[in-house]
Amino acid sequence: MLKNLCQKMFGRSLWVYHANSGGCNGCDIEVLNVLTPYYDVERFGIKLVGSPRHADVMLCQGPAMRATARALRCAYDAMPSPKLVFAIGGCACGGGIWHDTYAVLGPVEKVIPVNFYIPGCPPRPEAIIYGVAVAAGLVDKKVAPVEFKQLEMPIPRYHPEDLRGQGEMVVYEKVEKL
Amino acid sequence: MSIASKLKEAMVGLKAGCVTLDYPARPRPVAENFRGRPIFDAQKCIGCAGCANNCPAREILVLDVCQEIRILKYLGRRCTYCGRCAEVCPEKAITMSHEYETATNRIGDLRQRLELFMNTCQRCGRCFKESSPLEQLKLKGYRFDDLENERWVFRSRSYLESEPVVEDIQIELD
Repeated sequence: MLKNLCQKMFGRSLWVYHANSGGCNGCDIEVLNVLTPYYDVERFGIKLVGSPRHADVMLCQGPAMRATARALRCAYDAMPSPKLVFAIGGCACGGGIWHDTYAVLGPVEKVIPVNFYIPGCPPRPEAIIYGVAVAAGLVDKKVAPVEFKQLEMPIPRYHPEDLRGQGEMVVYEKVEKL
Repeated sequence: MSIASKLKEAMVGLKAGCVTLDYPARPRPVAENFRGRPIFDAQKCIGCAGCANNCPAREILVLDVCQEIRILKYLGRRCTYCGRCAEVCPEKAITMSHEYETATNRIGDLRQRLELFMNTCQRCGRCFKESSPLEQLKLKGYRFDDLENERWVFRSRSYLESEPVVEDIQIELD
């Protein structure tokens, strides 16, 4: 549903705006790496622009911080809709390692709505390209939530009432295999 | 002279190949010692919560539902793939996989949740010997992390008071 809508709305070249709201610069370097000829992301028509008013996509790096949350929101509001927001890196996705300190408010989700998440600290340039390809509908996402529930005790239990004396030995009657 | 230089230029132009990776079409392998997403093996996990106490990003939450059931929840949002959980795990239940293509449109997709049976001590329910200050980093025992709001609760008192350990800051937007 979202994918079809994305393909319809963003069928042509995406112009991206690169917003860092207090990250450590690691993700910035990976994003700029993506734009180099080696991982040439302009194959997909992606172009870096300097103003949010020209952009379709916002690449967020770094957590929402006390000092920059308002500026981030303003940059988001300045983008013409339809707009997409990518949260790149562990800070933008979940608040980062200092998520509980004074200056950090949390993930950028708290300030602006996020469409795609690319976790990693920093994510590999390939991971960023993969995120772009997922958004463009070229590939399917690979991750899914894992839930595991043990239904029975993995170790057999010993109850004293099952112990039987056989001569000198004590034998446990209902022995299960370990 | 000028023709020769032009010819040389043409030779250079012909020699230059294409450096761009054909990445999403063709898979790109990673280095042998690359650390990607940690994978939790529920068959090996004994539920000691050493990983939860060692995680620098506090990504792994533990909730003791009752004496015998423990829920371990890995969020995967702000994980830095440092591998300390895999290092501290006594049963080698956590492996750092080579998986890096984790881009998703729902953050909940990165979650891993294990519900484990815990064996209890015959005498006292669940007992552990007193730990040295160095071992307190790996401390085990009851944990009361809040799975609903996904926050790390270290003291049981703060769970009862329903007061967040880290205050959720309300910010004013416009």
